[in-house]
Amino acid sequence: MIRRRRPKRRSGVPAWVMALAAVAVLFFALPVIGLLWRAPWSNAWAYLSEDSALTALRLSMVCSLWATLLSIIFGVPLAWLLARVQFVGRSAVRALCMMSMVLPPVVGGVALFFALGRRGIVGQYLDRWFDLRLPFTTAGVVIAQTFVAMPFLVVTVEAALRQLDTSFEDAARTLGASRWYTFRRVTLPAIGPALAAGSALAWARALGEFGATITFAGNFPGTTQTMPLAVYLALETNPEQAIVLALVMIAISFAVLVALRDRWFIRAGNEPTRVQP
Amino acid sequence: MRTKRLFLVSFVAILGPLVASCGGAPDGGAKGSGGIVVFAASSLTEAFTEVATAFNGVNPNAKVMFNFAGSGELVTQISQGAPADAFVSADDSNMKKLAAVGEVAGDPVVIAKNTFQIIVENGNPQGITGLLDLANPELVVVLCAETVPCGTGAATILKNSNVTVTPKSLEDKVKGVVAKVTTGEADAGIVFVTDVKAAGDKASGVEIPTDVNVVTNYPMAVTKEAANAALARVFIDFVSASQGQAILAKYGFLAP
Repeated sequence: MIRRRRPKRRSGVPAWVMALAAVAVLFFALPVIGLLWRAPWSNAWAYLSEDSALTALRLSMVCSLWATLLSIIFGVPLAWLLARVQFVGRSAVRALCMMSMVLPPVVGGVALFFALGRRGIVGQYLDRWFDLRLPFTTAGVVIAQTFVAMPFLVVTVEAALRQLDTSFEDAARTLGASRWYTFRRVTLPAIGPALAAGSALAWARALGEFGATITFAGNFPGTTQTMPLAVYLALETNPEQAIVLALVMIAISFAVLVALRDRWFIRAGNEPTRVQP
Repeated sequence: MRTKRLFLVSFVAILGPLVASCGGAPDGGAKGSGGIVVFAASSLTEAFTEVATAFNGVNPNAKVMFNFAGSGELVTQISQGAPADAFVSADDSNMKKLAAVGEVAGDPVVIAKNTFQIIVENGNPQGITGLLDLANPELVVVLCAETVPCGTGAATILKNSNVTVTPKSLEDKVKGVVAKVTTGEADAGIVFVTDVKAAGDKASGVEIPTDVNVVTNYPMAVTKEAANAALARVFIDFVSASQGQAILAKYGFLAP
Protein backbone atom coordinates (compact mmCIF):
# COMPACT_ATOMS: atom_id res chain seq x y z
CA MET A 1 0.00 0.00 0.00
CA ILE A 2 2.99 2.30 0.12
CA ARG A 3 3.35 2.55 -3.61
CA ARG A 4 -0.15 3.16 -4.84
CA ARG A 5 0.93 5.40 -7.59
CA ARG A 6 3.43 3.97 -9.97
CA PRO A 7 5.48 6.42 -11.91
CA LYS A 8 3.94 6.92 -15.33
CA ARG A 9 5.92 5.68 -18.24
CA ARG A 10 4.75 7.91 -21.02
CA SER A 11 6.28 11.14 -19.80
CA GLY A 12 3.43 11.76 -17.43
CA VAL A 13 0.53 11.78 -19.90
CA PRO A 14 -2.55 10.43 -18.11
CA ALA A 15 -4.31 7.50 -19.73
CA TRP A 16 -7.55 9.38 -20.24
CA VAL A 17 -5.73 12.11 -22.16
CA MET A 18 -4.22 9.44 -24.38
CA ALA A 19 -7.63 7.86 -24.88
CA LEU A 20 -9.30 11.12 -25.87
CA ALA A 21 -6.40 12.01 -28.13
CA ALA A 22 -6.68 8.59 -29.76
CA VAL A 23 -10.37 9.24 -30.44
CA ALA A 24 -9.44 12.55 -32.01
CA VAL A 25 -6.83 10.90 -34.23
CA LEU A 26 -9.33 8.26 -35.31
CA PHE A 27 -11.91 10.94 -35.99
CA PHE A 28 -9.58 12.51 -38.55
CA ALA A 29 -8.05 9.29 -39.82
CA LEU A 30 -11.23 7.33 -40.46
CA PRO A 31 -12.61 9.52 -43.28
CA VAL A 32 -9.25 9.33 -45.05
CA ILE A 33 -9.20 5.57 -44.53
CA GLY A 34 -12.76 5.49 -45.88
CA LEU A 35 -11.61 7.24 -49.06
CA LEU A 36 -8.67 4.87 -49.41
CA TRP A 37 -10.98 1.93 -48.85
CA ARG A 38 -13.42 3.01 -51.56
CA ALA A 39 -10.82 4.21 -54.02
CA PRO A 40 -10.90 2.46 -57.40
CA TRP A 41 -7.24 1.55 -57.38
CA SER A 42 -7.25 -0.30 -60.68
CA ASN A 43 -8.53 2.73 -62.58
CA ALA A 44 -6.81 5.36 -60.50
CA TRP A 45 -4.11 6.13 -63.02
CA ALA A 46 -6.56 6.42 -65.88
CA TYR A 47 -8.70 8.89 -63.95
CA LEU A 48 -5.67 10.94 -62.98
CA SER A 49 -4.07 11.15 -66.37
CA GLU A 50 -7.22 12.61 -67.88
CA ASP A 51 -6.60 16.08 -69.23
CA SER A 52 -9.36 17.58 -67.15
CA ALA A 53 -7.82 16.29 -63.92
CA LEU A 54 -4.33 17.51 -64.80
CA THR A 55 -5.66 20.91 -65.84
CA ALA A 56 -7.54 21.30 -62.58
CA LEU A 57 -4.52 20.18 -60.57
CA ARG A 58 -2.22 22.62 -62.31
CA LEU A 59 -4.68 25.47 -61.84
CA SER A 60 -5.09 24.60 -58.17
CA MET A 61 -1.34 24.68 -57.59
CA VAL A 62 -0.80 27.96 -59.42
CA CYS A 63 -3.73 29.72 -57.78
CA SER A 64 -3.08 28.49 -54.24
CA LEU A 65 0.59 29.52 -54.45
CA TRP A 66 -0.37 32.97 -55.69
CA ALA A 67 -2.92 33.25 -52.89
CA THR A 68 -0.24 32.27 -50.36
CA LEU A 69 2.19 34.81 -51.79
CA LEU A 70 -0.41 37.59 -51.65
CA SER A 71 -1.30 36.52 -48.13
CA ILE A 72 2.34 36.90 -47.07
CA ILE A 73 2.84 40.24 -48.86
CA PHE A 74 -0.25 41.82 -47.31
CA GLY A 75 -0.76 39.60 -44.27
CA VAL A 76 2.59 40.12 -42.52
CA PRO A 77 2.24 43.94 -42.48
CA LEU A 78 -1.35 43.49 -41.30
CA ALA A 79 -0.22 41.17 -38.51
CA TRP A 80 2.45 43.72 -37.59
CA LEU A 81 -0.13 46.48 -37.44
CA LEU A 82 -2.43 44.43 -35.25
CA ALA A 83 0.32 43.24 -32.92
CA ARG A 84 2.46 46.33 -32.50
CA VAL A 85 0.53 49.48 -33.25
CA GLN A 86 -1.87 50.87 -30.69
CA PHE A 87 -4.79 52.58 -32.33
CA VAL A 88 -8.43 53.21 -31.65
CA GLY A 89 -10.64 50.43 -32.95
CA ARG A 90 -7.86 47.88 -33.28
CA SER A 91 -10.10 45.07 -32.03
CA ALA A 92 -12.73 46.02 -34.57
CA VAL A 93 -10.18 46.06 -37.38
CA ARG A 94 -8.86 42.68 -36.29
CA ALA A 95 -12.37 41.21 -36.15
CA LEU A 96 -13.12 42.66 -39.58
CA CYS A 97 -10.02 41.04 -41.08
CA MET A 98 -10.92 37.68 -39.53
CA MET A 99 -14.50 37.81 -40.77
CA SER A 100 -13.89 35.62 -43.79
CA MET A 101 -12.91 32.76 -41.47
CA VAL A 102 -16.45 32.48 -40.13
CA LEU A 103 -18.34 33.71 -43.16
CA PRO A 104 -19.80 30.83 -45.17
CA PRO A 105 -17.54 30.82 -48.26
CA VAL A 106 -20.50 31.04 -50.63
CA VAL A 107 -21.59 34.24 -48.90
CA GLY A 108 -18.00 35.41 -49.12
CA GLY A 109 -18.17 34.87 -52.87
CA VAL A 110 -21.35 36.89 -53.19
CA ALA A 111 -19.81 39.64 -51.02
CA LEU A 112 -16.84 39.72 -53.40
CA PHE A 113 -19.32 40.26 -56.24
CA PHE A 114 -20.71 43.27 -54.43
CA ALA A 115 -17.19 44.60 -53.96
CA LEU A 116 -15.28 43.63 -57.09
CA GLY A 117 -17.93 42.32 -59.49
CA ARG A 118 -19.11 44.10 -62.61
CA ARG A 119 -21.68 45.98 -60.53
CA GLY A 120 -19.63 46.12 -57.34
CA ILE A 121 -18.57 49.17 -55.33
CA VAL A 122 -15.07 49.09 -56.80
CA GLY A 123 -15.63 46.56 -59.57
CA GLN A 124 -17.84 48.84 -61.64
CA TYR A 125 -14.97 51.32 -61.94
CA LEU A 126 -12.44 48.59 -62.73
CA ASP A 127 -14.79 47.60 -65.53
CA ARG A 128 -15.49 51.14 -66.76
CA TRP A 129 -12.02 52.65 -66.50
CA PHE A 130 -9.68 49.74 -67.02
CA ASP A 131 -11.94 47.21 -68.75
CA LEU A 132 -10.90 44.87 -65.97
CA ARG A 133 -13.30 42.11 -64.95
CA LEU A 134 -12.36 39.76 -62.14
CA PRO A 135 -15.30 37.30 -62.02
CA PHE A 136 -14.83 34.25 -64.26
CA THR A 137 -11.05 34.77 -64.45
CA THR A 138 -8.09 32.98 -62.90
CA ALA A 139 -7.30 36.22 -61.06
CA GLY A 140 -10.77 35.94 -59.57
CA VAL A 141 -9.89 32.49 -58.22
CA VAL A 142 -6.73 33.89 -56.62
CA ILE A 143 -8.73 36.71 -55.03
CA ALA A 144 -11.38 34.34 -53.67
CA GLN A 145 -8.69 32.06 -52.23
CA THR A 146 -6.72 34.94 -50.73
CA PHE A 147 -9.90 36.27 -49.16
CA VAL A 148 -10.50 33.08 -47.18
CA ALA A 149 -6.86 32.09 -46.63
CA MET A 150 -5.08 35.23 -45.47
CA PRO A 151 -6.62 35.37 -41.95
CA PHE A 152 -4.98 32.04 -41.11
CA LEU A 153 -1.58 33.58 -41.78
CA VAL A 154 -2.41 36.83 -40.00
CA VAL A 155 -3.59 35.05 -36.84
CA THR A 156 -0.46 32.90 -36.67
CA VAL A 157 2.02 35.67 -37.36
CA GLU A 158 0.28 38.14 -35.06
CA ALA A 159 0.48 35.66 -32.17
CA ALA A 160 4.20 35.16 -32.80
CA LEU A 161 4.84 38.91 -32.92
CA ARG A 162 3.00 39.39 -29.64
CA GLN A 163 5.03 36.69 -27.91
CA LEU A 164 8.30 38.01 -29.23
CA ASP A 165 10.39 39.79 -26.65
CA THR A 166 10.78 43.28 -28.07
CA SER A 167 13.99 43.89 -26.12
CA PHE A 168 15.99 42.17 -28.86
CA GLU A 169 14.61 44.54 -31.43
CA ASP A 170 15.14 47.48 -29.12
CA ALA A 171 18.73 46.40 -28.58
CA ALA A 172 19.31 46.18 -32.31
CA ARG A 173 17.83 49.64 -32.80
CA THR A 174 19.92 51.22 -30.05
CA LEU A 175 23.00 49.65 -31.60
CA GLY A 176 22.24 51.61 -34.72
CA ALA A 177 20.45 49.08 -36.90
CA SER A 178 17.89 50.54 -39.26
CA ARG A 179 14.23 49.56 -38.95
CA TRP A 180 14.39 47.39 -42.06
CA TYR A 181 17.65 45.77 -40.97
CA THR A 182 16.18 45.01 -37.55
CA PHE A 183 13.10 43.50 -39.13
CA ARG A 184 15.13 41.43 -41.56
CA ARG A 185 17.83 40.21 -39.17
CA VAL A 186 16.03 40.13 -35.80
CA THR A 187 12.27 39.97 -36.12
CA LEU A 188 11.96 37.82 -39.22
CA PRO A 189 14.20 34.97 -38.01
CA ALA A 190 12.34 34.95 -34.72
CA ILE A 191 8.90 34.74 -36.30
CA GLY A 192 10.13 32.53 -39.16
CA PRO A 193 8.57 29.32 -37.88
CA ALA A 194 5.25 31.07 -37.27
CA LEU A 195 5.41 32.63 -40.73
CA ALA A 196 6.04 29.20 -42.24
CA ALA A 197 3.22 27.66 -40.22
CA GLY A 198 0.85 30.48 -41.15
CA SER A 199 1.80 30.24 -44.81
CA ALA A 200 1.22 26.49 -44.77
CA LEU A 201 -2.19 26.94 -43.18
CA ALA A 202 -3.12 29.66 -45.65
CA TRP A 203 -1.90 27.58 -48.56
CA ALA A 204 -3.86 24.52 -47.38
CA ARG A 205 -6.97 26.62 -46.95
CA ALA A 206 -6.53 28.13 -50.42
CA LEU A 207 -5.97 24.71 -51.97
CA GLY A 208 -9.22 23.39 -50.52
CA GLU A 209 -11.26 26.53 -51.23
CA PHE A 210 -14.55 25.77 -52.88
CA GLY A 211 -17.50 28.02 -52.02
CA ALA A 212 -16.05 31.45 -52.65
CA THR A 213 -14.34 30.25 -55.81
CA ILE A 214 -17.37 28.74 -57.49
CA THR A 215 -19.48 31.75 -56.53
CA PHE A 216 -17.09 34.54 -57.46
CA ALA A 217 -14.96 32.98 -60.18
CA GLY A 218 -17.38 30.39 -61.53
CA ASN A 219 -16.39 27.02 -62.86
CA PHE A 220 -14.70 26.68 -66.22
CA PRO A 221 -12.04 24.10 -67.07
CA GLY A 222 -8.63 25.69 -67.55
CA THR A 223 -9.49 29.14 -66.23
CA THR A 224 -11.37 28.73 -62.95
CA GLN A 225 -12.04 25.04 -62.35
CA THR A 226 -9.75 24.14 -59.46
CA MET A 227 -9.43 20.67 -57.93
CA PRO A 228 -12.17 21.08 -55.30
CA LEU A 229 -14.59 22.19 -58.02
CA ALA A 230 -13.60 19.30 -60.26
CA VAL A 231 -14.05 16.91 -57.35
CA TYR A 232 -17.46 18.29 -56.48
CA LEU A 233 -18.71 18.05 -60.06
CA ALA A 234 -17.27 14.59 -60.53
CA LEU A 235 -19.11 13.50 -57.39
CA GLU A 236 -22.40 13.87 -59.28
CA THR A 237 -21.47 11.79 -62.28
CA ASN A 238 -18.32 9.86 -61.55
CA PRO A 239 -17.84 9.38 -57.80
CA GLU A 240 -14.86 7.08 -58.36
CA GLN A 241 -12.96 9.79 -60.17
CA ALA A 242 -13.95 12.25 -57.44
CA ILE A 243 -12.37 9.99 -54.82
CA VAL A 244 -9.16 9.67 -56.80
CA LEU A 245 -8.92 13.43 -57.29
CA ALA A 246 -9.63 14.04 -53.60
CA LEU A 247 -6.93 11.57 -52.61
CA VAL A 248 -4.42 13.39 -54.79
CA MET A 249 -5.22 16.63 -52.99
CA ILE A 250 -4.88 14.89 -49.66
CA ALA A 251 -1.56 13.35 -50.64
CA ILE A 252 -0.09 16.64 -51.82
CA SER A 253 -1.15 18.64 -48.79
CA PHE A 254 -0.11 15.82 -46.45
CA ALA A 255 3.36 15.71 -47.96
CA VAL A 256 3.78 19.46 -47.76
CA LEU A 257 2.53 19.71 -44.17
CA VAL A 258 4.73 16.84 -43.01
CA ALA A 259 7.78 18.27 -44.75
CA LEU A 260 7.17 21.71 -43.29
CA ARG A 261 6.68 20.24 -39.86
CA ASP A 262 10.11 18.65 -39.93
CA ARG A 263 11.74 21.68 -41.40
CA TRP A 264 10.21 24.39 -39.24
CA PHE A 265 7.81 23.44 -36.50
CA ILE A 266 9.86 20.89 -34.62
CA ARG A 267 12.92 23.09 -34.69
CA ALA A 268 10.83 25.87 -33.27
CA GLY A 269 9.31 23.61 -30.67
CA ASN A 270 12.48 22.06 -29.35
CA GLU A 271 14.66 25.08 -29.11
CA PRO A 272 13.78 28.36 -27.53
CA THR A 273 13.71 31.08 -30.11
CA ARG A 274 17.21 32.50 -30.23
CA VAL A 275 18.06 35.73 -31.79
CA GLN A 276 21.58 36.55 -32.83
CA PRO A 277 22.13 40.22 -33.29
CA MET B 1 -23.33 25.33 -47.94
CA ARG B 2 -22.11 21.96 -46.93
CA THR B 3 -22.77 22.76 -43.26
CA LYS B 4 -26.29 23.81 -44.10
CA ARG B 5 -26.93 20.52 -45.83
CA LEU B 6 -25.46 18.60 -42.92
CA PHE B 7 -27.70 20.55 -40.56
CA LEU B 8 -30.74 19.76 -42.69
CA VAL B 9 -29.95 16.09 -42.85
CA SER B 10 -29.38 15.82 -39.12
CA PHE B 11 -32.51 17.85 -38.52
CA VAL B 12 -34.52 15.49 -40.68
CA ALA B 13 -32.76 12.49 -39.19
CA ILE B 14 -33.66 13.55 -35.66
CA LEU B 15 -37.15 14.87 -36.27
CA GLY B 16 -38.24 12.32 -38.84
CA PRO B 17 -38.56 9.27 -36.56
CA LEU B 18 -39.74 11.50 -33.70
CA VAL B 19 -42.70 12.83 -35.61
CA ALA B 20 -43.41 9.46 -37.13
CA SER B 21 -43.61 7.85 -33.71
CA CYS B 22 -45.59 10.66 -32.09
CA GLY B 23 -48.19 11.14 -34.78
CA GLY B 24 -48.76 7.49 -35.47
CA ALA B 25 -51.81 7.13 -33.24
CA PRO B 26 -54.89 5.79 -35.05
CA ASP B 27 -57.46 8.47 -35.62
CA GLY B 28 -60.20 6.78 -37.59
CA GLY B 29 -61.52 8.54 -40.68
CA ALA B 30 -58.50 10.66 -41.73
CA LYS B 31 -56.95 9.83 -45.09
CA GLY B 32 -53.40 10.00 -43.85
CA SER B 33 -51.69 10.41 -40.55
CA GLY B 34 -48.26 10.43 -39.03
CA GLY B 35 -45.28 12.10 -40.57
CA ILE B 36 -43.22 11.68 -43.71
CA VAL B 37 -39.98 13.10 -44.94
CA VAL B 38 -39.91 13.88 -48.62
CA PHE B 39 -36.53 14.27 -50.35
CA ALA B 40 -37.27 16.66 -53.19
CA ALA B 41 -35.25 18.33 -55.97
CA SER B 42 -34.42 21.90 -54.98
CA SER B 43 -36.33 23.36 -57.93
CA LEU B 44 -39.51 22.24 -56.12
CA THR B 45 -38.74 24.19 -52.93
CA GLU B 46 -41.36 26.94 -53.22
CA ALA B 47 -44.04 24.84 -54.93
CA PHE B 48 -43.80 21.83 -52.62
CA THR B 49 -43.80 23.94 -49.49
CA GLU B 50 -47.15 25.31 -50.62
CA VAL B 51 -48.40 21.85 -51.61
CA ALA B 52 -47.58 20.62 -48.10
CA THR B 53 -49.63 23.41 -46.55
CA ALA B 54 -52.58 22.48 -48.73
CA PHE B 55 -52.08 18.80 -47.92
CA ASN B 56 -52.09 19.62 -44.24
CA GLY B 57 -55.44 21.38 -44.68
CA VAL B 58 -56.97 18.15 -45.99
CA ASN B 59 -55.02 15.82 -43.68
CA PRO B 60 -54.67 17.70 -40.39
CA ASN B 61 -53.08 14.73 -38.66
CA ALA B 62 -50.35 14.33 -41.21
CA LYS B 63 -47.05 16.14 -41.17
CA VAL B 64 -44.92 16.48 -44.28
CA MET B 65 -41.30 17.52 -43.96
CA PHE B 66 -38.84 18.18 -46.75
CA ASN B 67 -35.20 17.86 -47.48
CA PHE B 68 -34.53 19.96 -50.57
CA ALA B 69 -31.24 19.51 -52.43
CA GLY B 70 -29.92 18.70 -55.88
CA SER B 71 -31.32 15.42 -57.21
CA GLY B 72 -27.88 13.83 -57.38
CA GLU B 73 -27.10 14.72 -53.77
CA LEU B 74 -30.44 13.33 -52.63
CA VAL B 75 -29.72 10.03 -54.35
CA THR B 76 -26.39 9.87 -52.50
CA GLN B 77 -28.05 10.68 -49.18
CA ILE B 78 -30.79 8.07 -49.56
CA SER B 79 -28.32 5.40 -50.70
CA GLN B 80 -26.25 6.18 -47.59
CA GLY B 81 -29.26 5.53 -45.37
CA ALA B 82 -30.83 8.96 -44.87
CA PRO B 83 -34.44 8.55 -43.66
CA ALA B 84 -36.65 9.36 -46.65
CA ASP B 85 -40.24 8.23 -47.24
CA ALA B 86 -40.47 9.59 -50.76
CA PHE B 87 -38.13 10.99 -53.39
CA VAL B 88 -38.77 13.42 -56.24
CA SER B 89 -36.08 13.84 -58.86
CA ALA B 90 -35.77 16.68 -61.34
CA ASP B 91 -34.93 14.17 -64.06
CA ASP B 92 -35.40 10.54 -64.99
CA SER B 93 -31.76 9.57 -64.70
CA ASN B 94 -31.41 10.25 -60.97
CA MET B 95 -34.59 8.30 -60.26
CA LYS B 96 -33.14 5.44 -62.30
CA LYS B 97 -29.93 5.70 -60.32
CA LEU B 98 -31.81 5.30 -57.05
CA ALA B 99 -33.86 2.43 -58.45
CA ALA B 100 -30.66 0.74 -59.61
CA VAL B 101 -29.41 0.52 -56.03
CA GLY B 102 -32.75 -0.96 -54.95
CA GLU B 103 -33.99 2.00 -52.92
CA VAL B 104 -37.21 2.65 -54.83
CA ALA B 105 -40.49 0.87 -54.01
CA GLY B 106 -42.90 0.49 -56.92
CA ASP B 107 -43.04 2.50 -60.13
CA PRO B 108 -42.26 6.22 -60.09
CA VAL B 109 -45.07 8.60 -61.07
CA VAL B 110 -44.32 11.70 -63.13
CA ILE B 111 -45.83 14.57 -61.11
CA ALA B 112 -44.69 17.49 -63.26
CA LYS B 113 -42.69 18.54 -66.26
CA ASN B 114 -40.40 21.47 -66.80
CA THR B 115 -38.87 23.20 -69.77
CA PHE B 116 -36.18 25.80 -70.43
CA GLN B 117 -35.93 29.53 -70.96
CA ILE B 118 -33.11 31.99 -71.47
CA ILE B 119 -32.70 33.94 -68.25
CA VAL B 120 -31.62 37.56 -68.61
CA GLU B 121 -31.44 40.53 -66.30
CA ASN B 122 -34.73 42.14 -65.45
CA GLY B 123 -36.03 44.10 -68.41
CA ASN B 124 -33.56 42.41 -70.77
CA PRO B 125 -31.10 45.34 -71.04
CA GLN B 126 -29.00 43.54 -73.68
CA GLY B 127 -32.05 43.00 -75.88
CA ILE B 128 -31.54 39.25 -76.18
CA THR B 129 -34.21 37.77 -78.43
CA GLY B 130 -33.17 34.16 -78.81
CA LEU B 131 -30.53 31.46 -78.70
CA LEU B 132 -28.54 32.95 -81.59
CA ASP B 133 -27.74 36.00 -79.47
CA LEU B 134 -25.98 33.79 -76.94
CA ALA B 135 -23.21 33.16 -79.45
CA ASN B 136 -22.23 36.84 -79.28
CA PRO B 137 -18.74 36.86 -77.69
CA GLU B 138 -19.45 40.27 -76.13
CA LEU B 139 -22.01 38.71 -73.82
CA VAL B 140 -21.17 36.92 -70.58
CA VAL B 141 -23.10 33.66 -70.80
CA VAL B 142 -23.12 31.08 -67.99
CA LEU B 143 -24.59 27.59 -68.24
CA CYS B 144 -25.00 24.60 -65.94
CA ALA B 145 -22.35 21.90 -66.03
CA GLU B 146 -23.44 18.76 -67.88
CA THR B 147 -23.32 16.87 -64.60
CA VAL B 148 -26.67 18.39 -63.60
CA PRO B 149 -30.04 18.25 -65.43
CA CYS B 150 -30.06 21.91 -66.43
CA GLY B 151 -26.65 21.41 -68.05
CA THR B 152 -27.59 18.41 -70.17
CA GLY B 153 -30.78 20.26 -71.13
CA ALA B 154 -28.90 23.38 -72.19
CA ALA B 155 -26.37 21.35 -74.17
CA THR B 156 -29.14 19.52 -76.04
CA ILE B 157 -30.98 22.77 -76.80
CA LEU B 158 -27.84 24.42 -78.19
CA LYS B 159 -27.11 21.34 -80.26
CA ASN B 160 -30.68 21.22 -81.56
CA SER B 161 -30.43 24.82 -82.68
CA ASN B 162 -26.85 24.61 -84.02
CA VAL B 163 -25.64 27.43 -81.84
CA THR B 164 -22.13 27.39 -80.41
CA VAL B 165 -21.80 29.21 -77.11
CA THR B 166 -18.62 29.80 -75.15
CA PRO B 167 -19.82 30.05 -71.57
CA LYS B 168 -17.75 31.89 -68.99
CA SER B 169 -18.72 29.38 -66.33
CA LEU B 170 -20.31 25.95 -65.97
CA GLU B 171 -22.27 26.14 -62.74
CA ASP B 172 -22.73 23.18 -60.42
CA LYS B 173 -26.40 23.95 -59.95
CA VAL B 174 -29.12 25.86 -61.71
CA LYS B 175 -29.40 28.44 -58.92
CA GLY B 176 -25.74 29.31 -59.57
CA VAL B 177 -26.69 30.46 -63.07
CA VAL B 178 -29.67 32.38 -61.68
CA ALA B 179 -27.48 34.09 -59.06
CA LYS B 180 -24.89 35.16 -61.63
CA VAL B 181 -27.55 36.72 -63.83
CA THR B 182 -29.51 38.39 -61.03
CA THR B 183 -26.34 39.93 -59.55
CA GLY B 184 -25.51 41.32 -62.98
CA GLU B 185 -22.25 39.40 -63.37
CA ALA B 186 -23.59 37.43 -66.31
CA ASP B 187 -25.81 38.65 -69.12
CA ALA B 188 -27.64 35.43 -69.89
CA GLY B 189 -27.98 31.76 -69.10
CA ILE B 190 -30.23 28.80 -69.84
CA VAL B 191 -32.35 27.65 -66.89
CA PHE B 192 -35.71 26.08 -66.16
CA VAL B 193 -38.83 28.17 -66.75
CA THR B 194 -39.65 27.72 -63.06
CA ASP B 195 -36.31 29.26 -62.04
CA VAL B 196 -37.02 32.40 -64.05
CA LYS B 197 -40.41 32.60 -62.41
CA ALA B 198 -38.94 32.05 -58.94
CA ALA B 199 -36.43 34.87 -59.51
CA GLY B 200 -39.42 37.24 -59.63
CA ASP B 201 -38.65 40.80 -60.70
CA LYS B 202 -34.89 40.23 -60.56
CA ALA B 203 -34.85 38.44 -63.90
CA SER B 204 -36.75 38.10 -67.16
CA GLY B 205 -37.19 35.09 -69.40
CA VAL B 206 -36.77 34.80 -73.16
CA GLU B 207 -38.67 31.94 -74.80
CA ILE B 208 -36.89 29.06 -76.49
CA PRO B 209 -38.80 27.67 -79.50
CA THR B 210 -40.49 24.35 -78.64
CA ASP B 211 -38.97 22.54 -81.63
CA VAL B 212 -35.48 22.87 -80.09
CA ASN B 213 -36.46 23.04 -76.43
CA VAL B 214 -36.21 20.13 -73.99
CA VAL B 215 -38.94 18.95 -71.63
CA THR B 216 -37.86 17.15 -68.44
CA ASN B 217 -39.82 14.87 -66.13
CA TYR B 218 -40.17 15.05 -62.35
CA PRO B 219 -40.69 11.43 -61.29
CA MET B 220 -41.75 10.76 -57.69
CA ALA B 221 -41.64 7.46 -55.81
CA VAL B 222 -41.96 5.90 -52.38
CA THR B 223 -38.59 4.74 -51.06
CA LYS B 224 -37.83 1.16 -50.12
CA GLU B 225 -36.97 2.05 -46.52
CA ALA B 226 -39.98 4.35 -46.03
CA ALA B 227 -41.08 4.45 -42.38
CA ASN B 228 -44.58 5.54 -43.43
CA ALA B 229 -45.11 4.27 -46.97
CA ALA B 230 -48.90 4.59 -46.68
CA LEU B 231 -48.78 8.32 -46.02
CA ALA B 232 -46.10 8.77 -48.67
CA ARG B 233 -48.50 7.22 -51.20
CA VAL B 234 -51.34 9.48 -50.04
CA PHE B 235 -49.07 12.49 -50.51
CA ILE B 236 -48.01 11.44 -54.02
CA ASP B 237 -51.70 11.03 -54.94
CA PHE B 238 -52.38 14.49 -53.57
CA VAL B 239 -49.58 16.03 -55.64
CA SER B 240 -50.91 14.29 -58.77
CA ALA B 241 -54.52 15.35 -58.13
CA SER B 242 -56.06 18.68 -59.12
CA GLN B 243 -55.14 20.69 -56.02
CA GLY B 244 -51.46 19.72 -56.11
CA GLN B 245 -51.28 20.21 -59.87
CA ALA B 246 -52.84 23.69 -59.61
CA ILE B 247 -50.12 24.77 -57.18
CA LEU B 248 -47.34 23.31 -59.36
CA ALA B 249 -48.79 25.10 -62.40
CA LYS B 250 -48.77 28.36 -60.48
CA TYR B 251 -44.99 28.03 -60.11
CA GLY B 252 -44.51 27.41 -63.80
CA PHE B 253 -44.40 23.61 -63.93
CA LEU B 254 -46.09 21.83 -66.83
CA ALA B 255 -48.71 19.12 -66.31
CA PRO B 256 -47.30 15.57 -66.59
